[in-house]
Order: sequence, then C-alpha cells, then structure tokens
Amino acid sequence: MNSCYINSVACVSAQNTLRNDHFLEEVVFYDENIISAINPVYKEYIPPAAARRMAKGVKIGVVASAMALKEAYITIPDAIITGTGMGCLQDSEKFVSSMITNDEQFLTPTSFIQSTHNTVGAQIALGLQCKAYNFSYVNGAVSFESCLIDAQLMFQEQEVKHILVGGVDEHGAHTNNLHKLIGHIKKEPVSTVQLLNSKTPGTIFGEGASFFLLSDKKEHGSYGKLVDVEIINTIKLENIIDRVLHFLNRNGISVEDIDAVILGNNGDVEFDNYYNKLQDGLFKNTQQLAYKHLFGEYNTVSATGFWVGAKILKSQTVPNVLKINNKRSNSYKNILLYNQYRGENHSFVLLQSC
Amino acid sequence: MEALKLELKEKIIEQLNLEDISIEEIGDNDPLFGDGLGLDSIDALELIVMLDKDYGIKLTDPKEGKKIFESVAIMAAYITENRTK
Repeated sequence: MNSCYINSVACVSAQNTLRNDHFLEEVVFYDENIISAINPVYKEYIPPAAARRMAKGVKIGVVASAMALKEAYITIPDAIITGTGMGCLQDSEKFVSSMITNDEQFLTPTSFIQSTHNTVGAQIALGLQCKAYNFSYVNGAVSFESCLIDAQLMFQEQEVKHILVGGVDEHGAHTNNLHKLIGHIKKEPVSTVQLLNSKTPGTIFGEGASFFLLSDKKEHGSYGKLVDVEIINTIKLENIIDRVLHFLNRNGISVEDIDAVILGNNGDVEFDNYYNKLQDGLFKNTQQLAYKHLFGEYNTVSATGFWVGAKILKSQTVPNVLKINNKRSNSYKNILLYNQYRGENHSFVLLQSC
Repeated sequence: MEALKLELKEKIIEQLNLEDISIEEIGDNDPLFGDGLGLDSIDALELIVMLDKDYGIKLTDPKEGKKIFESVAIMAAYITENRTK
C-alpha cells in the first residue's frame, strides 16, 4: 500500500489548539457538562459576507481546513473529505423549529440550504474554488475514520497527491437537551480533572474541527505516517483484546511495539469498560493517554485524538495532562488510537513516525 | 412611514445576519442589492418570505421583487400600500 503522510495538522477545540507551535501547555479547565470550541478570529479566514450565513460548525471547519492547507503550503488539494456525525445541527434545528412555529409555512431558505451534512466540505471547496473530489462521511463516531479509509484507498489507487481530511461537529442546543434527557450527557457538571474518574453514566459534550493534509510523499515538516485504519460497528466486550491483537498482527507489530496508546475514555461508567479492559490487560505496560476530558465527546472528536497522536510523533513529547498511567516511553514510533462511543462504532488507527 | 423604515432595517439586519452593519449605516434610499448592501438572490428569497409572514403580502411574480427591494424607502411604500396584516 502507498504511504500516507500527515503533512499538516489543524485543530479548533475547547482548548488553545489554534497555534501549532504549542501543544497543550496551557490547559483550559472546565467545570461543566457541555463545553464549546474557542472561537478563532473568523475574519482572518472567512470574508464577512460569506461568514454571515455560516453556523459555528461551518466556520470552525473552514478555519481548520485553511490552517491545515497553509501549514502544508498547499493552495488547492486533490480531494476534500469531511467527516461529521451530526452535520450542521444549528441550522437543522433552526429550520425544523421554524417549520413547527410557522405551521410549515414561511420557510426561509438560508438555514435549509446550510443544514445539510455536506455544507462544511462544500463551503471549503467554494472558498478555495476547488472542483476536485469532495465527499462527506456521516457515520456516527467513525465518520472521521471513514474519511481516513477513503483517503488511503485514493492513495492506493495513485489517484491523488494531496488530500484534505477532517472531522467537524457543532453543538445544537435542542439536540443537547435531548441527550441530557436520555442520560448521554451527565446530569451534573464535571470538572476537566475529574471526568475520567467519574462513576456516573453519560459524559460531557464538546464540539470542534480538526483537519489534516495527507500526502503521498513525506515533506520536511511531516508529522508522521498513517499506517492503518479499521472500523468495526460492534464488538463484544470479551472480544476487544482479540480485535486489537488482530489489528496489530495485520500490521506486523506486537503490543510491545506500541509506544503509546491513545484511548477514548470519556468518563461514562457504562461504556469506559472497553478501555478499562485494555488498560488493565493488554496495555498495562504501555503508556496510556486520554484526551476527551479536555475536548468533550462528539462524533468526530477522534479527529482530535488523531491530532494528539500526530503532535506527539512530531514533537516526541507528551503533555502531562494526557497521561493516565505511570508508564513512560523514551521515544514515540508507533501510536495506536482506539475509540468507541457507547459501545459501538469502534475504530483502530495506527500512526507511525517517519 | 418612518417607523416602518426603521422596523425594516432592523429586520433586514437580523434576518440576513448582517452582523457588522448598524441601522444608521442603511440609508432609506441606498440600493439593497449590487453596490449597496450587496445582498444576493438568497437574501431576496428571505425578504419575499418576510413580506408574506410579517405583512401578508404574497409576491407571485419574482420579477416584482427586483423593484420592491430596490431600497428600504421603496419597500416601506409598497408595504404600506399592500399590507394585509
């Protein structure tokens, strides 16, 4: 398979991730159950005339994509692949509530036009005037990983040289209320430092956008290499170790070769057991990291996990705030990411230094 | 009429998300499309819906909109003459 290099990264999140010369040195601590992405200075990236119709998810997606392209010195990519679990929620909610309020009459076009799941990818392309392949994946918590698989296949077919890949999701007030009602969001506010030790159901919700420029060739500033991705819809808890071993085996590496495992623990007592089983078993001697206590849970937060992995490979450092056990690695060559949401949409991603 | 013009300016700013524009910046006779506020065809659709919803005016011929939405003053005069609510 052709190599797939991560040549730039960009992340808009609830943390100070806008500057790539920083890596979580200054952590923003929250004591809430819904945390929002920190707004970039949108005017630096989006003309005000275009920004006025964009909800937050579109704007942070456009900003993150622009940052990723800039860092890689690429003006127009050969493909744009966007993952989003819930799409443009704010405009969807606006459109649907307007239908209800106005008895299905007087429907205004803007929120409807902007409410579709492919709006982010489309707005990125419009801004760049990029007429290349443009695809959006809406596959719950593996939306971003679906993009990675698509990108890998395109490189394998030697169809492209540079692909812009990203994941984005935004808050929707009504949707969040529903998630609170059904217990997906914790009833009580939880502090950033306490979340991973929480003993209650649900988690904290976040939002954000992470974009990457993937290329078929290594550049001077490359972060690392995307080696493999696997998506599995459901795994029985008792089979999780076998599935990890199978993934490592197909890449010809062992548990001992993994320098750090980045896990998707989100403090949900009902579903963190998948991670706990690996933490206490297969990876008990491996450096374990977590990130969702800083960014919140959302369908494409695994793209932020990917950002964390890429940053570690390039900087060869791990911020203390990510460490969840006392094992340490001297250097970072192989990093495994494992994520799932509520026991479904499991994904394994293997990153390697280059 | 002055109150209606002010109301229209507020609605245009709010419904078209013209965050960086204040009421004072929209002159009664400034063109809304093209060189003036720079509104486009999607905005025109929003304004057609607004006329229907808030003033009970149904525009059946989209060409009418071009004349009616020329400026706030022209809009206000048309609404005063044709409003049903």
